[in-house]
Amino acid sequence: MSDRWLTSMFIAAAMIAVVPSALTNAQTGASGSSKPPEAAQAQTPKAPAKAPAAKAATGKAWTPIKTPWGDPDLQGVWNDATSTPMQRPNGSTTDVLDDAESATQFEEKLAYDLSRDRRDGGPEVDVNRAYNEHWMDARRLKITSDRRTSLIVDPADGRIPPTVPLTPERQKIRAERAAAADRFNAGMPDVATELSLPVRCIIRTDSPPYLPTIYNNNFQIFQSPGYVVIAPEMIHSARIIPMDGRPHLGKTLLQWLGDTRGHWEGTTLVLETTNFRTDDGVAYQGANPATYKITERFTRVAADSINYEFTITDPATWTKPWTAVIPWTKVDPGEQMYEYMCHEDNFDIVHLLTGARTREKNGEGKR
Amino acid sequence: MRSRFGRVMILLGAAAVISVFWLTVLPTAGQQAPPARQSAPFPPYKAPRLNGHPDLNGLWQAFVTANIDLQDHEAQSGPHPEVLGAYGGWPAGQSIVEGGEIPYKPEALAKKRQNLLNRTKVDVSNDKTWHDLGDPEFKCYMPGLPRATYMPFPFQIVQGTSPYILMAYEFATATRTIRMDWKGEAPTDTWMGWSRGRWEGETLVVDVTGQREESWFDRAGDYHSDALHVVERFTPASPYHMIYEATIEDPKVFTRPWKISFPLYRRMERNVQALEYKCVPWTEELLYGKFKKPS
Repeated sequence: MSDRWLTSMFIAAAMIAVVPSALTNAQTGASGSSKPPEAAQAQTPKAPAKAPAAKAATGKAWTPIKTPWGDPDLQGVWNDATSTPMQRPNGSTTDVLDDAESATQFEEKLAYDLSRDRRDGGPEVDVNRAYNEHWMDARRLKITSDRRTSLIVDPADGRIPPTVPLTPERQKIRAERAAAADRFNAGMPDVATELSLPVRCIIRTDSPPYLPTIYNNNFQIFQSPGYVVIAPEMIHSARIIPMDGRPHLGKTLLQWLGDTRGHWEGTTLVLETTNFRTDDGVAYQGANPATYKITERFTRVAADSINYEFTITDPATWTKPWTAVIPWTKVDPGEQMYEYMCHEDNFDIVHLLTGARTREKNGEGKR
Repeated sequence: MRSRFGRVMILLGAAAVISVFWLTVLPTAGQQAPPARQSAPFPPYKAPRLNGHPDLNGLWQAFVTANIDLQDHEAQSGPHPEVLGAYGGWPAGQSIVEGGEIPYKPEALAKKRQNLLNRTKVDVSNDKTWHDLGDPEFKCYMPGLPRATYMPFPFQIVQGTSPYILMAYEFATATRTIRMDWKGEAPTDTWMGWSRGRWEGETLVVDVTGQREESWFDRAGDYHSDALHVVERFTPASPYHMIYEATIEDPKVFTRPWKISFPLYRRMERNVQALEYKCVPWTEELLYGKFKKPS
């Protein structure tokens, strides 16, 4: 994620993060969950590499609560921020940091790298960091409570598997994408449609897999008989998931966010998503939407914690499937998720384009 | 039905010989103004319960043409018939406003007429005048309330056991959360506003404030100010219908509160689901085309 991208995310949007609300909520605590028991906060000293967070809560076992119609109850606002990187830092062979001291060191190093309130760069670095901690989700400075060194739990090295040789057609698409990204980073975009989907306010963090970012890491889960609905804060879309076993949409009906069907495996919500549009950038890391498949599993492991696990398969991109686990933490019911609008005031897109035209007029090739 | 019949009979009567016989079979014709149009009356209905309240879950859609114009409107070509032909046509429709007319203040009516003239114009070259021109729907902006309810797209109601009810609209993937029995005021203005709900027997009553002043009510330029206050009522009328009513109050623009009402219909197709309607890409050339690199 480049600074330019982050800056654009900010300017493009009236960013309304979840903030502690001074409002009086007459129904606080009535959302089907209660304040977490103390035991839920305890940490496991060592967890297995595969789906370790499943045992994050020790002590008293969590008894899953159910909706009146008998489904596991996941309703509420959840936050997925963490500083634990997707991939384990190169060269590290440690999957879980056993001792508290090395965990603290790891966390502090990550927090230092993520901090924008440093003054150790040149003027240009400083300007890029002007969009500073004030805007950021403080939760993103903490590693996962099970002290993992990567969100990826499979393969065992904690890294995305190697890519397979790409077809010439996909190489061409990637080269075009890279050239557009270079123009963007140089402040010289040609046209709005070559900008990334987040900058264009088409998709942000609402496309699976749900990954932590610098802010707006919130997801509200709604449930009704036969449906689970996930409403990601960014951008105000609702992923309405039928749970009645109906087939997917027809193969020619494609969507930016795909088409999701869900079912329960015990207390785990399992989501399968297909029917992604073929546009570049729809699938994670430029994977091929036609062959890309994502399976997500949500397991509530404590009153205040969901284990979010996803597995990505794309034989046209990676040599094997890979799996990551991200803990979701329940947001205090006194806090609220507000509307995140984007396109309606996308001033940034005009600034980017007019800036580029002005630079061309002044004979500047690069910023 | 009766008033239509009456009008037909009046025409017949005017063209024919007026006799004592005709007058006796037309007891009300010509004696009073046509009554305000109202939604079809439904017999009392008690909806199935969820957690003790009427269960409004489902995919719903209005079939009025109020998104074109809340008030009476003729069929029209829509913009650029020379390109779009009959594809761009808009159907005629009857007013859903109680009493037929929106009670504008005189100066506000002038602004509405100006909006109508400017509905397909855009100019985003200046942040400060960004929203001055054009129907927000034309630019694929979230529609606000009550417009989201009568746009020609379905919306899903997701009602569970939490203190929140979600309404997810197909158009522009807009959503709003209805906070049940919530006391707090809108913390800031948003496109879909700040919705607080409560149950009144069979009716979900939603109080909406905090809407961005730039949203419109329809393509005819009907608009509001930052003082807009909408109170909506969703009342199940059968397993397949709800009556939707909205009272609209804005003392800066209207001389008095006014009301709209129409039925919502449950979408019944097998396996029907809300689909994506991400219209942003279709506005990019319109909004940003003038800033692209000259070829």
